[in-house]
Amino acid sequence: MELSYSLGLVLPELILSLSGLVMLLFAAWGGDRLSSAISIACCVALGAAFALTAPGVCAGASGPATVAFFGQFSADAYGGMAKLMIYAASGAALIVAPRYFERLGEMRAEYPVLILFAALGMSIMVSATDLLTLYIGLELNSLASYVLASFLRSNEKSAEAGLKYFVLGALASGILLFGMSLTYGFTGGTSFAGIQAAAAAGPMSTGMLFGLIFVLAGLAFKISAVPFHMWTPDVYEGSPTPVTMFFASAPKVAAVVLLGRVAVEAFGAQADAWRQVVIFAAIASIVVGALGAIGQKNLKRLLAYSSINNVGFLLIGLAAATQAGLAAMLVYLAIYVVMTVGSFSALLMLRDSEGNQLETFADISGLSTTRPALAWCLLLIMFSLAGIPPLMGFWGKLVVFWSAVEANLLALAVLGMAASVIGAFYYLKFVKVMFFDEPADRVTGKADGANWVLLAVCAVLISPIGYLLTNWLVSIANTAAGSLPLAG
Amino acid sequence: MGGFPILSAMLLVPLVGAIACLFSEAKTARMIALIATLVDLVLGIVLWMNFDVGGAQWQFTERAALFAGFDYALGIDGIALMLIMLSVFLMPVCIGASWTSITKRVGEYMAAFLLMEVLMIGVFAAQDILLFYIFFEAGLIPMYLIIGIWGGDNRIYASYKFFLYTLLGSVVMLIAILWMVIESGTTSVPALMVYDFPPEAQTWLWLAFFASFAVKMPMWPVHTWLPDAHVQAPTAGSVILAGVLLKLGGYGMIRFSLPMFPDASAQFMWLIFALSMIAVVVTSLIALVQHDMKKLIAYSSVAHMGIVTAGLFAFNVQGLEGAMVMMLSHGLVSAALFLCVGVIYDRLHTREISRYGGIAINMPAYATIFLFFTMASIGLPGTSGFVAEFLSLAGVYQASSWAAFVCTTGIILGAAYMLYLYRRVAFGPQVNEDAAAMPDISIREYLLLVPIVLATLWMGVYPESFLAPMRQDIAVLDARLASAAPQGDAHFEMGKGTPAEEAHAEGEAH
Repeated sequence: MELSYSLGLVLPELILSLSGLVMLLFAAWGGDRLSSAISIACCVALGAAFALTAPGVCAGASGPATVAFFGQFSADAYGGMAKLMIYAASGAALIVAPRYFERLGEMRAEYPVLILFAALGMSIMVSATDLLTLYIGLELNSLASYVLASFLRSNEKSAEAGLKYFVLGALASGILLFGMSLTYGFTGGTSFAGIQAAAAAGPMSTGMLFGLIFVLAGLAFKISAVPFHMWTPDVYEGSPTPVTMFFASAPKVAAVVLLGRVAVEAFGAQADAWRQVVIFAAIASIVVGALGAIGQKNLKRLLAYSSINNVGFLLIGLAAATQAGLAAMLVYLAIYVVMTVGSFSALLMLRDSEGNQLETFADISGLSTTRPALAWCLLLIMFSLAGIPPLMGFWGKLVVFWSAVEANLLALAVLGMAASVIGAFYYLKFVKVMFFDEPADRVTGKADGANWVLLAVCAVLISPIGYLLTNWLVSIANTAAGSLPLAG
Repeated sequence: MGGFPILSAMLLVPLVGAIACLFSEAKTARMIALIATLVDLVLGIVLWMNFDVGGAQWQFTERAALFAGFDYALGIDGIALMLIMLSVFLMPVCIGASWTSITKRVGEYMAAFLLMEVLMIGVFAAQDILLFYIFFEAGLIPMYLIIGIWGGDNRIYASYKFFLYTLLGSVVMLIAILWMVIESGTTSVPALMVYDFPPEAQTWLWLAFFASFAVKMPMWPVHTWLPDAHVQAPTAGSVILAGVLLKLGGYGMIRFSLPMFPDASAQFMWLIFALSMIAVVVTSLIALVQHDMKKLIAYSSVAHMGIVTAGLFAFNVQGLEGAMVMMLSHGLVSAALFLCVGVIYDRLHTREISRYGGIAINMPAYATIFLFFTMASIGLPGTSGFVAEFLSLAGVYQASSWAAFVCTTGIILGAAYMLYLYRRVAFGPQVNEDAAAMPDISIREYLLLVPIVLATLWMGVYPESFLAPMRQDIAVLDARLASAAPQGDAHFEMGKGTPAEEAHAEGEAH
């Protein structure tokens, strides 16, 4: 009875894992000619998982009814909302990929399967309520990601990206595991509820503090927060662009949401212990992400720094450690995913007449005269990333800072806001190069229809029209954040 | 008018126009932009006709809970009405000024201007503080594009400076707004205007708002973005920048800083007066040595804005009314001066003063109009500038004789730099042959300049039309400030305690 109930709760994950296995068999025997069919099937699987998750999110599922496998897993609305974003972003990564890889002759059937397994891993991560489930989900996602990063086998940069990601990722996993073992040793449990109970019982012991710090450090690597961000620009630049789009969106969501859950559900009673770490990481990420981006010539590297910068703003929501803060974090994540998917699908459209991918500032010089529609969409996305109203990026920042001010973190809010002006500088450079500079006329290749659709949807969502969705988005995020047991 | 949402309509018309322009050819885009701005002007006139002077403080209110955290709430009082009128009056002029001088990417250009109009009206009509902030900040995007795409040689530097300077000023204000909203539990501007924030918090909030408005204004020493932006912007860009965008700072002070933080405003009166005095004298002196016409007028704007800030913080009715009239008058006069520069720039493509000379001989009509606006800028009686300067300085005098004394030198210096400019451009021998060969102004240019001449005269001869809608709002503000108002150093024997009647008498006198 208990088992079948639990299986019912993990139905989206079951669908993903079973279809992933089946697709793997098809890929093994069918070969690469089936790759497009497998892509479509994987999209369908993701869609099914999305559809199964959505009702729980809308209903605000929470409490004991969502706990599966004796407290290992919780299918609550908080994880559910993250899953929706993860599935959507993974789907986007599947849609843009075929054309990109086919031109290079590298489209293989494993790609959609790997994306599917990565999505499954993330899905487990965001619902994990036990350190062990957390680790399994994290590793499943990471292993798939390492392979995805080096998916262009013949490309040196891609191989380098995969290797770098693997070495540093393994190190981070080790740190995380070490922190988890310390936590287990000093609290006597691996379940979040058990850790919470032990942490609430008395003052934090030094060992537990060490455990907490190591866990935070390991997770900070996954979300590429400063000072664990060094891998990000290299991996983002080297990986195939559809994979970069995937890395910048879905795993970010998963790791941030997971970090939120660990911080609040496991260590919520000791919020003061981790808050200063999160505040430091937030400010450092905003500043380093902004400063590092200024000198970049490669657009993918620039967007990598932009994602570091954005993580800083996400962490401000977490630092508030309130329900409003977590809800703000989820809202920001949703907007961030849209902006990221939009910017990378625009990047994918930058091709020369032979179909080669273009990815430097020099290439998009004067884009607004040669490809006005593309340039205007990018302009919207860049101003949105810079947080200029009336675009949605501003609203994301607004809710995050709102929660920070509400939690009386005024200094953090002022610093973060002031640092966002530095970030505006390089987003403006994007606009300047596209609109003010002389046309280079290098972007002459035909863009893929699927990319256009994705870009158009993203542009509409982040335009002022998106504000009409804010009531709905906020209510969902609030119920999602409310489904977490908040201490104090 | 019943329930017709006229303010929303005024936002919608240019918005639709902007989208249409984006997809249009040059010729159609020009027509669409002109029609959209004219329709908005008509709507603005209808708005003014239907405005009930002496009626409710907030009129034409609309409210819809469209967004999370804040409302779509519009509504105007007399102050906002006048500034909206200024915006809708100047917009068709801007479109007309760009009719022939802008030849590349016309559709995008017109779209940027129409978007600008939406945002400006939105700023003045917003009754929700976050909605205000959105409109206030969003103006950066079209202006950045206007300067950056259609500007002069050094446009990229100027556009960056404009954007980052004003953004940095505003972000701290956002945190202050959030704090206020959380503290008071409302985002409604009318409610916040009567909310009493604790005095110690007021100090910080005031400083945060000041950071933003002082940059927008711009006040010395954060005015340095303005000359660059003006010089590099196309003519219409300068017109809208000087005409309306600079008023956002003053509007912000009269709508937010003063009524929401009266104690802090009184506390920082010395700062405002000091900066205003420096602005008036220093920037006037800087204007005196400029070789570039646009730069000269830009610096004169900073000096005039110094008088506005001093008037606003004089804590009496004359000062407030004078500051408002100064904003309206400066909006007309400096816009017209930039147009005048644009007229000869279109012919000779230089802003160097020394490249002109003696053009009163070959362009008599132009010289007459230019002279009129020169005089209006100086504040000759009969023009709007006189009313503005007289009222605000009278107000400042009640608060501080020294500040009034120093600010008054601005008028003398203003006369010096403006007349010096005029002499060098219009009088003297015709040293440059190409300048001597310029044709006089065309019918299109007449159509742009003559309405501004008439408006300036109207405001100078009968300012009551413009003061009447604002009088009640200024009285309310003055009452709100009364408890915090510092003791002035002018000790009048008579007339103490009846500021309202004095104000009335003042209005009648003109």
